[in-house]
Amino acid sequence: MLFKHTISLGLLMGALGASVASAQSLVYCSEGSPEGFDPALYTAGTTFDASSHPLYNRLTEFRVGTTEVIPALAESWEVSEDGMTVTFNLRQGVQFHSNDMFTPSRDFNAEDVIFTFNRQKNDDHPYNGVSGGTWEYFDGMSMPDLVASVDKVDDYTVVFNLSRPEAPFIANMAMDFASIVSAEYGDAMMAAGTPEMLNQAPIGTGPFAFQAYQKDAVIRYLRNDNYWGDAARVESLIFAITPDASVRYQKVQAGECHVTAYPNPADIQAMKDAEDIVVMEQEGLNVGYLAYNTTMPPYDNANVRRALNMAIDKQAIIDVVFQGSGQIAKNPIPPTMWSYNDAVADDDYNPEMAMEMLAAEGVEDLNMKIWAMPVQRPYNPNARRMAELMQEDFAKIGVTVEIVSYEWGEYLSRSRELDRDGAILLGWTGDNGDPDNFMAVLLGCDGRENSNRAQWCHQPFEDLIQQAKVLPTQEERQPLYEQAQVIFKEQAPWATIAHSVVYMTMRPEVDGYVVHPLGGHIFNQVGLSE
Amino acid sequence: MLNYVLTRLLTFVPTFIGVTLISFGFIRVLPGDPIVVMAGERGLTDERYAELATQFGFDRPLYEQFWEYLTGVLQGDLGNSFVTKKPVWDEFFALFPATLELSLCAMIFAVVIGLPAGVIAAVNRGKFYDRALMSTALIGYSMPIFWWALLLIIVFSGNLQWTPVSGRIDLIYYFPDPTGFMLIDSIASGQKGAFGSAVRHLILPAIVLGTIPLAVIARQTRSAMLEVLGEDYIRTARAKGLAPGRINGVHALRNALIPVITVIGLSVGTLLAGAILTETIFSWPGIGKWMVDSIFRRDYPVVQGGLLLIAVAVMIVNLTVDMLYGVINPKIRKR
Repeated sequence: MLFKHTISLGLLMGALGASVASAQSLVYCSEGSPEGFDPALYTAGTTFDASSHPLYNRLTEFRVGTTEVIPALAESWEVSEDGMTVTFNLRQGVQFHSNDMFTPSRDFNAEDVIFTFNRQKNDDHPYNGVSGGTWEYFDGMSMPDLVASVDKVDDYTVVFNLSRPEAPFIANMAMDFASIVSAEYGDAMMAAGTPEMLNQAPIGTGPFAFQAYQKDAVIRYLRNDNYWGDAARVESLIFAITPDASVRYQKVQAGECHVTAYPNPADIQAMKDAEDIVVMEQEGLNVGYLAYNTTMPPYDNANVRRALNMAIDKQAIIDVVFQGSGQIAKNPIPPTMWSYNDAVADDDYNPEMAMEMLAAEGVEDLNMKIWAMPVQRPYNPNARRMAELMQEDFAKIGVTVEIVSYEWGEYLSRSRELDRDGAILLGWTGDNGDPDNFMAVLLGCDGRENSNRAQWCHQPFEDLIQQAKVLPTQEERQPLYEQAQVIFKEQAPWATIAHSVVYMTMRPEVDGYVVHPLGGHIFNQVGLSE
Repeated sequence: MLNYVLTRLLTFVPTFIGVTLISFGFIRVLPGDPIVVMAGERGLTDERYAELATQFGFDRPLYEQFWEYLTGVLQGDLGNSFVTKKPVWDEFFALFPATLELSLCAMIFAVVIGLPAGVIAAVNRGKFYDRALMSTALIGYSMPIFWWALLLIIVFSGNLQWTPVSGRIDLIYYFPDPTGFMLIDSIASGQKGAFGSAVRHLILPAIVLGTIPLAVIARQTRSAMLEVLGEDYIRTARAKGLAPGRINGVHALRNALIPVITVIGLSVGTLLAGAILTETIFSWPGIGKWMVDSIFRRDYPVVQGGLLLIAVAVMIVNLTVDMLYGVINPKIRKR
């Protein structure tokens, strides 16, 4: 079915005289295939790059290159005094794209907002189960509990009634799962008996319109000339799917693509030295850590945890595992995030003192397990190697380490258990630029036996993050998060290891590319100089 | 011949059921829960887990799940991918032509080079050409595909810029692909230069994928030829004064071809396995990479359906090979 529609769409575009032979075609060699084109159904960054960024808009968005939330399809918003109601004033005159199956008869309005969220929230919505709808991000961000209802006031005003005050809610509306889809297109496809087209032949309001997708090979987009914001600077955007990092390097060097991401760490220096490749870098919004099981002795003792932290030579890990493409982490949030407390001092690397501290706590001949992830992640490119380095470090203070690993699903599942034996290597990449997304999710009491792998529940820390969650302004929340980081460091539920650096490589003629701290690759503002 | 084909087709039935059962069991034996993998570091609540388990049917006994799968297969429904949510059938047929095209070209490359190399080596047994060709074949057989592919890319695409780095056709060409075979679609598009571009994109992946079968075919041809060249009828042909070219090319090669064709048939499985690496390196949108990704994601319907369809393809190829024996050797045809 998709094949047929892709072809017919291709024929249509061909008839319109669309050609990527133009000099104004930007080719991005992407690292993988999108799972689909309806961002609410998925969680992978590769999918968001191909769907939510070029094709859709959200009520609010992150200013490119920052985590600042700015108006998008909502021109403005008001939060009620009790924080329980958020009213969005919608932008007028915004047009949806069209394709050979659908031409919109009206502009974007409140109906589209209600459709977008109700299909994810309400089990009885006709679109709730379409395309195997699992709505992982909507659920993962606790939206079903948080959003009591979404109501239309008039065509250009919608109200979100919340079940509790939630300061990060406005930032949540800028996330990919909140991309606004067309209710009219949804109705048309449901009537035609092809509701899955919402996911396969996407219609959005974004700066590019979907042209065609050849599975695992090429995605093509055309500039949306009716875009409500600043129009894209190139006529067409092409994603050439290239899974192998060495091949992406060769392609950008040969001029077969303009921009690529995720280079091999070992190739970065050669790329920096090459005349025809520009390398951009920025700290990623992520953290890699070693989480102790704070419910099990002797790791229930903060002094023991701090002693172990002092035995880890983090610089060696940065040099060997990240090959320089990372920076030492001292806080549970990355330095690019607001409320990062730079005044916090990291644990010294001091094996002698670590041994003394362990002895003072009566810990002798300690045997421990370190769990090493079986997969690569930006926050940890080689967990096995990292665990081996820690094994050597801990051996120097008389601690014997056994490295264990499991298949990824098993790893995630078993590491949640309250009585887990051992410390676990894991990490996190931020979703919405809000500190709550790190501190509450990874270290809050509610996250125990789930995303809080340290199984840590420390009331003074918990009180601060819960207070911060409901305060309305960033200025009021910031001191609380800063204080929470001080407590975190004293209590040391994790050894914070590293924040990775994100590298983008491109041809010299690429103009205006900005590395986005949230990890997405956005091309609206990118042009090609002659 | 018709009886033979029908008998062979009947043997497909138990094989088909066996493959269905094995593919269903295989992915479930592997550790790792698809729902947990899907949720990733984010995790999910027990309630949400239970909801998804019900949605995917994991809360039912295995025999019920298998029965539902089997009845679906018999009705032509292989289910939908957990990840992309699209029908497995659609995904397979969007990708299979690319793998088939690459495999065919790799096989043509392997046969066109491997067969004469084997004959030359056999005719020159123990001499320089024999040793040189067989040593090269051994190197080809032993070389890691990944390394070989990157070496060719760096030399021919990076340094010499003779061939493109990866993909199936230059991005400047854009046309509908009704058959999925780029060589055919590029001709049908009528766009100037499209066919040439498709051919250039095929060269390196076909060489890489065809290297191991080439080595095997060359060695097998040599050994079969040596056996045949020692037969009485070859000695008789020589005694009759027939030209060496006719003896080697017609009398000997034709009889030596039977084991070679068997090897070619068996190489189809190797090609599909080798295609996984080749497709990944050359960004070739085929079923190899699709299957590997699906195994890592524990995408049960794709792994089950994909294995089944690949097995059917291999069975069809083997049947074709068996029928070719008859064409080559009339004695087999008569039996």
